[in-house]
Amino acid sequence: MNIFILIVLIAAALWTMMTRSLLRSAIGLALTSALLTVLMFRFQAPLAAVFELSVCAGLISVLFIATISLTQPLSKQEALEYMKERISRFWYLPVIVVLAGIALSLLPMKLELTMPSPEIEKDVRMVLWNLRQFDIFGQIIVILAGVFGVVILLKERQ
Amino acid sequence: MPNEMLQLFWTCGIFAVLIFIIGFYCLLATYNLIRALIGVELLIKAVTLLIVVAGFVSGHMALAQALVITLIVIEVVVMTVAAGVILNVYMHNKSLDVRELRNLKG
Repeated sequence: MNIFILIVLIAAALWTMMTRSLLRSAIGLALTSALLTVLMFRFQAPLAAVFELSVCAGLISVLFIATISLTQPLSKQEALEYMKERISRFWYLPVIVVLAGIALSLLPMKLELTMPSPEIEKDVRMVLWNLRQFDIFGQIIVILAGVFGVVILLKERQ
Repeated sequence: MPNEMLQLFWTCGIFAVLIFIIGFYCLLATYNLIRALIGVELLIKAVTLLIVVAGFVSGHMALAQALVITLIVIEVVVMTVAAGVILNVYMHNKSLDVRELRNLKG
């Protein structure tokens, strides 16, 4: 089942890149996020999955669609010319992905992972608030930096 | 570590590398700023997948989730600021083509 989801994930990512319309690209990205969410649920990461679904599949898609709608689309003639040029640049991509997949799957699996696990925290809240407390401050600072960045970028000129 | 877990990590690692290749190729081949941003997003998706699988395989799922949540927060902020930059570039140049961004050339 995981393999099937992973294959669909790759197909969604490829579609995101190959499709002509930017709006379809944004929708493809949301689909990729949703499939990643399913994988996260299957790998017993429900909290991260909820974040991924609500923020990456929801908020970022809205952000992309808003950006696309605020910028002017190409005219039909321009789009047609651009599409021909795009196909010449992007048709290599599925071939590269398939070849890389075959080459990587033929590599011998040499993994000798020994995990240092003195104590394993079971609860993500304990990790976030106790073990990785500094990350929370980092996140707050990053969010504030983002807010100020957007305010400065989109400020109306006097 | 059980062999099935290693197999799972190996398989998901291969798929994460493939998603990374797709995002990287997009960054190299596209001329559109929004599509380049979507490529960056795909790179982040590959890293997210790898962190989750590593956490699942090693049994440190709580730590992996905390890292993924941090990653998602940073990702959103980066995307928001980048979208603002793209809008500003569009307002100045009336184009999203990276080949036309020659204002700082020389």
